[in-house]
Amino acid sequence: MATIWIDGVSYEADPSRNLLAVILELGFDLPYFCWHPALGSIGACRQCAITQFRGEDDHQGQVVMACMTPAAEGARVSIDHASAATLRKSVIEWLMVSHPHDCPVCDEGGECHLQDMTVMAGHTYRRSRLPKRTYISQDLGPLIGHEMNRCIQCYRCVRFYREYAGGHDLQAMGTRDRIYFGRYQDGPLESEFAGNLVEICPTGVFTDKTQARHYTRKWDLQTAPSICTHCGVGCNINPGERYGALRRVRARYHGAVNGYFLCDRGRYGYEFESSDRRIRVPLAPRGEQNQAEELSVQAAVTRVAKILTSSRRVIGVGSPRATIESNYALQRLVGADGFFHAACAEEHRSSLAALDALREGPSRSPALREIERCDAVVVLGEDLTQSAPMMALAIRQAALAIPRSVAERQGIPPWHDAAIRESVQSARGPVFLLSPAPTKLDDLATRVYRKTPRAIAAAGQAIARALDPQVPALAGDEMDRAGIEEIARALTVAERPLVVAGSGTASEAVINAAANLAWATSAAREDDRAAELAYALPWANSAGLSLLGGAPLDEALAAAERGEVDAAIILESDLDRIAGPGPAERFLGQVRHAVVLDHIAHPTAARADVVLPAATFAEGHGHLVNSEGRAQRQMAVFSPDEPIRESWRWLREAMMLAGYDEADSWTGAEAIAEAAARDHPALARLPDAQLSADFRLGGAKVARAPHRYSGRAAAKLHLNVLEPTPPRDNDSPLEFSMEGSPVLPPGKIETTFWAPGWSSPQALTRFQEEIDGPLRGGDPGVRLIEPAGEPFAYRDVALSAPSPELAPTPVVAAFGSEELSALAPGIAALAPRAFLELNPRDAASLGLADDDVVSVRARGASARLSVRLEPGRAQGTAGIPLGLEDIPVALSFAGELITGS
Amino acid sequence: MKTPLTHTIRPKEPPLDLSQYRRTGGYRAAELTVGRTAPGDVVDLVKRSGLRGRGGAGFPTGAKWSFVPMGDDAPRPKYFVANADEMEPGAFKDRYLLEGDPHGLIESMILSGYAIGAEVGYIFLRWAYRLAYARLSRAIAEAREAGFLGHDIFGSGHAFDVHIHVSAGRYMCGEETGLLNALEGKRATPRHKPPYPQASGLWGKPTVVNNIETICAVRHIVFHGPDWFRELGANGGAGTKLYAASGKLRQPGVWELPIGTPLGEIIDEHAGGMTSGARFRATLPGGASTEFLTREHWDLPLDFDPVATAGSRLGTGTLIVMDDGTCPVGMVHNLEAFFAMESCGFCTPCREGLPWTAGVLRRLEEGRGRYEDIELLRHHAKLLAPGVTFCALAPGASAPLASALSLFGDDFERHVREGRCPFRAEA
Repeated sequence: MATIWIDGVSYEADPSRNLLAVILELGFDLPYFCWHPALGSIGACRQCAITQFRGEDDHQGQVVMACMTPAAEGARVSIDHASAATLRKSVIEWLMVSHPHDCPVCDEGGECHLQDMTVMAGHTYRRSRLPKRTYISQDLGPLIGHEMNRCIQCYRCVRFYREYAGGHDLQAMGTRDRIYFGRYQDGPLESEFAGNLVEICPTGVFTDKTQARHYTRKWDLQTAPSICTHCGVGCNINPGERYGALRRVRARYHGAVNGYFLCDRGRYGYEFESSDRRIRVPLAPRGEQNQAEELSVQAAVTRVAKILTSSRRVIGVGSPRATIESNYALQRLVGADGFFHAACAEEHRSSLAALDALREGPSRSPALREIERCDAVVVLGEDLTQSAPMMALAIRQAALAIPRSVAERQGIPPWHDAAIRESVQSARGPVFLLSPAPTKLDDLATRVYRKTPRAIAAAGQAIARALDPQVPALAGDEMDRAGIEEIARALTVAERPLVVAGSGTASEAVINAAANLAWATSAAREDDRAAELAYALPWANSAGLSLLGGAPLDEALAAAERGEVDAAIILESDLDRIAGPGPAERFLGQVRHAVVLDHIAHPTAARADVVLPAATFAEGHGHLVNSEGRAQRQMAVFSPDEPIRESWRWLREAMMLAGYDEADSWTGAEAIAEAAARDHPALARLPDAQLSADFRLGGAKVARAPHRYSGRAAAKLHLNVLEPTPPRDNDSPLEFSMEGSPVLPPGKIETTFWAPGWSSPQALTRFQEEIDGPLRGGDPGVRLIEPAGEPFAYRDVALSAPSPELAPTPVVAAFGSEELSALAPGIAALAPRAFLELNPRDAASLGLADDDVVSVRARGASARLSVRLEPGRAQGTAGIPLGLEDIPVALSFAGELITGS
Repeated sequence: MKTPLTHTIRPKEPPLDLSQYRRTGGYRAAELTVGRTAPGDVVDLVKRSGLRGRGGAGFPTGAKWSFVPMGDDAPRPKYFVANADEMEPGAFKDRYLLEGDPHGLIESMILSGYAIGAEVGYIFLRWAYRLAYARLSRAIAEAREAGFLGHDIFGSGHAFDVHIHVSAGRYMCGEETGLLNALEGKRATPRHKPPYPQASGLWGKPTVVNNIETICAVRHIVFHGPDWFRELGANGGAGTKLYAASGKLRQPGVWELPIGTPLGEIIDEHAGGMTSGARFRATLPGGASTEFLTREHWDLPLDFDPVATAGSRLGTGTLIVMDDGTCPVGMVHNLEAFFAMESCGFCTPCREGLPWTAGVLRRLEEGRGRYEDIELLRHHAKLLAPGVTFCALAPGASAPLASALSLFGDDFERHVREGRCPFRAEA
């Protein structure tokens, strides 16, 4: 540590940091724009000026930019010194020469970093009489608004978009005082991470277009810590609600998981919550004359209880997008033998195999921020940008680990972003990608191999064998020796090697080969450490559901086929979407009774006897387990209108009525989580994921709404002149209110991220233990899975028999493959249309051309898809989009092409 | 020899071709040096010669070179870049060398490149210098043909080649790090130093950027020795310098003179004095980004240190002379409008401050100025200082503004008081 002096007082500082980071960390106010903790320093805005003195006797000093000055031993600086303070005020004055005075109508108003910094720097009076410059703004698609006139040219947007996230279609154009940040022409931004511009931009140039349709100021939003529900990564989010509907989702900083960012599926998927397909009351879809009939809570619960008591064998279909609590309640209701997963066999096997691999071997599953620090990466099969976008973003940073360290050895400090990038140039990696089709990470790969899933598994095993001869040999390896050795070597010499796979290839063999590859590194490395092993599981609670155990949907269908099922309770799943309309209809015809609990209406729900309106992630409490094996708590953002409640509460009520006594004890979110933790040793630490409901600060709970929340008394005035009592929350330390402890709570339950003078997302530095470090008081969530270590047995990689048929391979789309987010209009607008992707050679040998329509069938489901040729696709594979409307998931995993007549 | 460094230049005639150049002793210095003496010896010669950068900053050239990492573990390739982006208003001295002595430049680049162990040389050429482009291209082809450029120059086993890159045309590209970004095909924005280009320059590799006039001196220093070069100067300076002058002068032009030649001598003897009816009022000594010198500096030796002591900069040594019939407010407005137009837009004070000053000056010129506008100009002239802005462009822009405000304050106030430019005939 170095000793530095700030305005005459000495502090300890880390000399590898810059002074801006140190000053902010110490809690001082110093305005800045172009610096961002994730992006580093470039010194463009000149806002963070401080005065640096040569020694104790130097009183005049010299103005320097804090962000470009190392916290070197003995540094003496002043924040308050007149020369620096004058300059900071002038910088704001310059920025304000052309900034419009449109704060009242600007979506950023009230959480604008530029507003905060203007107040902080003290600029109050306009001296310029020049006309303001104006720009023509662009249409950047359905998710992001653009208002260039507000731009203060801090360059953060292009630095994030291009350099951090690898996008290409946003750039700085023009010169002098006519710099323009935009696309070469109007059109949707192509990056899956574009939505982060909304938070990266220090003012209102890039705004959330979805929020604009139901706009609410930050201070009028009710928020609570939550977890993204749209993929398996488990990013932390801050959803905001007003008047009973979600208004937006913002990234919620997590020091170990998603850091500052989110992908656009996660940011914009929330609008499913107010979709017109929402189920808001209990229904009997096949009531009198087959007309849907609304039911009272009492009537609905009674009907379900009656089905439970009158049916001989009841099965449950659990959901990888529902919470641990809801799945656990269902599992208790139907028993372990009657519990199935709403996932087809391939996906189910992949998830189970992944969890087994993480528990049985020596490899640890890294958190996202740990992935960023890995210095050699091998990805087997997965198109991460589409299936787990934030994991792809982490790998993009990992690809810079080695090149950055080379630059740092030249003496360039790690925060000196422009100089680091200049030194790094195009050096990346080592990153090796083995995939069936081109991916958006190809640009940074050391080498890309296009292979069928079968060949990817074989190649993974062959590399593993090159590292450890104990790994069993497999036939079917087409990879050249030099390629194998190159990857093996990279994994051996790296400081922190990483192997990544996922369920996106529909191949359990790939999952197992990845495990063997990661484990085999321990045999070749001097330190005997195994590589880290990251799996991208598809849905928000794929891992949690797999920890509970259960059989795939296919077996439930088979059981019904055999006449062994009298009633099915279907939790938060659309079976039509998974198995296809034919098999789903058949199943629901074979079971005498069906109960569906879900938020959104779908064909499966329409065929049920009773449909119960389930709370969404924003309306209820529960836990999810992400691909890393980290259990994280979703807290209700708002209390939904009656009778919407969490699925587990519905199940509890029906079970209590039907005489399942254990449900009595599930008195609240914590009680049922504790019950799950007792029953499943793997979930033992579940209750530690968040602060418990009895946590108090100075005797008070924590308010979900900010102290400036307006209109509380008027919100429901049109219904009743008496202000209703706010709903109570017995399940968490939060209150559905603006009244709560005046003390800043620990970061993990902070709702608004506001500090005096800091209204924008940049207030975060006030809630971190250190810049870029964990939240004050610790990040939320607990890891449930740790590696078993040695000894271990290599996993069996069972390759399917070679076949002349094209191997069906899911094509995952960040926008479209996940069913809830696909209901958000903005996401839907960007989702691809159904297609069948073929290598032109395969197409030619089948006599198919672009746009030809082909039937694809699997397990009783079918679809007609038009052919799309992709020369980059591996021969022998047929790419079938996953989860799109009209393509049952089973087809993407097992579809068979029907060609010829 | 009156013009020791430029005696082979024949104005208005084509430059010497390879064989003519060889007959004047051309490429002898390179031939005898490359592979035969240690690169460090060349650096040493240049250090001892006292050569200082002729682009404007006056940094000792040998010292600049000595920061380049040498030896087997130095990063490769290394680059030597000739800055021929002569965009400074009033400057046309490098053009004289580019058009008149292309082989001299190439030979000097070979020597300079050898000194720092560079394999590749670039000439970053101002877009408008088309004649220079044609002549340099031809000379490079001749030198390659002769084996003076390429994989194995002079049979020494050393590789060095020279490429011309024609700039897209921005003043900013003349700043060495802005130049490097432009050469990489990036936006021409400056880079923060450190790291210096010698450590991480073009494409992140060790690089030296030198001005054309600086480079062209190198072959003479190597050929004649550092002492010969030192003694060419006057009043304690080392070497000769290309001075130039523009304005209402009888014979505006460019001349090679001992560095340290006094201001008055250049104007009266070489530029032939002022045209009839015009009286000398002040001059920018080294291009648009320097402070005004006045009659009181008539005997000031125009060398780096004396000019700095007098409160200005030698800069490029190309004088822009202002006569008493020219409005200083108008002249400064012209300059500030240029700098505002040429700002790269990277840092706030330059991007937003320069157009503001240019706008205020225009209002003054148009008779719409207020007294508080003059305060605004003073505020900017004071604030746009080195360290405040990212690079030297805006501080360069405030040099003539600040000195005009202090020297010609009355003229600024008259513009406000009279509500018009007093130098213009009333409409």
